[in-house]
Amino acid sequence: MSNDERPISPHLTVYRWPITMTLSILHRMTGFALSAGLVAFVVWLEAIAWDVIPYATFYEVSHSALGQIALLGWLFSFFFHLCNGVRHLIWDSGRLFEKSQAIASSWLIIISAVVLTTCYWLLV
Amino acid sequence: MAEFRLPPNSRITKGKHFSAVSSAKNVRRFMVYRHDPGSGENPRMDTYEVDVDSCGPMVLDVLIKIKNEIDTTLTFRRSCREGICGSCAMNIDGRNTLACTAPADGIKGDVKIYPLPHMPVVKDLVPDLTNFYAQYASIKPWLQTRTPAPPDQERLQSKEDQERIDEPAACILCACCSTSCPSYWWNSDRFLGPATLLAAYRWLVDSRDEATGERLDDLEDPFRLYRCHTIMNCTNTCPKGLNPAKAIAETKKMLAERRH
Repeated sequence: MSNDERPISPHLTVYRWPITMTLSILHRMTGFALSAGLVAFVVWLEAIAWDVIPYATFYEVSHSALGQIALLGWLFSFFFHLCNGVRHLIWDSGRLFEKSQAIASSWLIIISAVVLTTCYWLLV
Repeated sequence: MAEFRLPPNSRITKGKHFSAVSSAKNVRRFMVYRHDPGSGENPRMDTYEVDVDSCGPMVLDVLIKIKNEIDTTLTFRRSCREGICGSCAMNIDGRNTLACTAPADGIKGDVKIYPLPHMPVVKDLVPDLTNFYAQYASIKPWLQTRTPAPPDQERLQSKEDQERIDEPAACILCACCSTSCPSYWWNSDRFLGPATLLAAYRWLVDSRDEATGERLDDLEDPFRLYRCHTIMNCTNTCPKGLNPAKAIAETKKMLAERRH
């Protein structure tokens, strides 16, 4: 029997996600969100450079509930991607690879990203 | 390419239910992935009610009890029952591990048992490991030398040099780590996977081996080595407590240092 006919055993749906796996996919998703957010950032610059009316429209959209949620998401993406990026740098030096360290640093990254996002949102 | 959904012939259907005998006191349910290649049907999940009071403590003991007393058609690999042969590697309660060293007591609720993830299934809990073994062979897992061996003794190494290969050499090739890795799920045709890369590292750091340069050349590839994105599932799941993720990071370091 060829392998093409054989069923593939289940994977994503049955695997119990370790925290490090969750952070890995979050790193990708926040990276994507940052790129998308950068487009919005360029639109904002264009709006400023263009005229008062486009800027007013942009201001209105970005201050709507949906706009604020997107902004908060972008901010969290930034801090999460930053913190996890620092861990990737440390990982590249061969450190922080013990199981306990990887799990502890994962939680540290989540907490740091949430705290930094909250502080920035409230203070700035 | 990443194919997140199972192909139509692989989707799991509802299976049979085997009730426990009425005299059983401590009954637990074990849901087991079943696939009969001769039936032409999709895989299914069969449920077995097992009296764990009359059974050994490990998940493998339960599987053997099911095969002996409830359903003789259940198929799985096993040999040493002490965590050194690697035959009974499977996905138990969402993690890849060896059934023989996984206590059923440590699992809450119903116990779900699948074959190693994202592998072609030969039958029930038996995956086809042909590709996995071929990848292992591809890194030439043997001592390569150019200088002749001393005429009157073996190639000796210091205690410290031996200690460097102790851990990676303890790998039993059960494939738990490789089949826990999403990068390996999506790219097992080109990415070597953690088990093979751990084996490659074992030869890279062997003080007696003289093919380090060629070994690194072979690994320097966007897929073979660099598909590792440090997801860490390998290290999290290794039933022998080894650290393939660290070995891969050290290999990447060796490549980076070589460029200078």
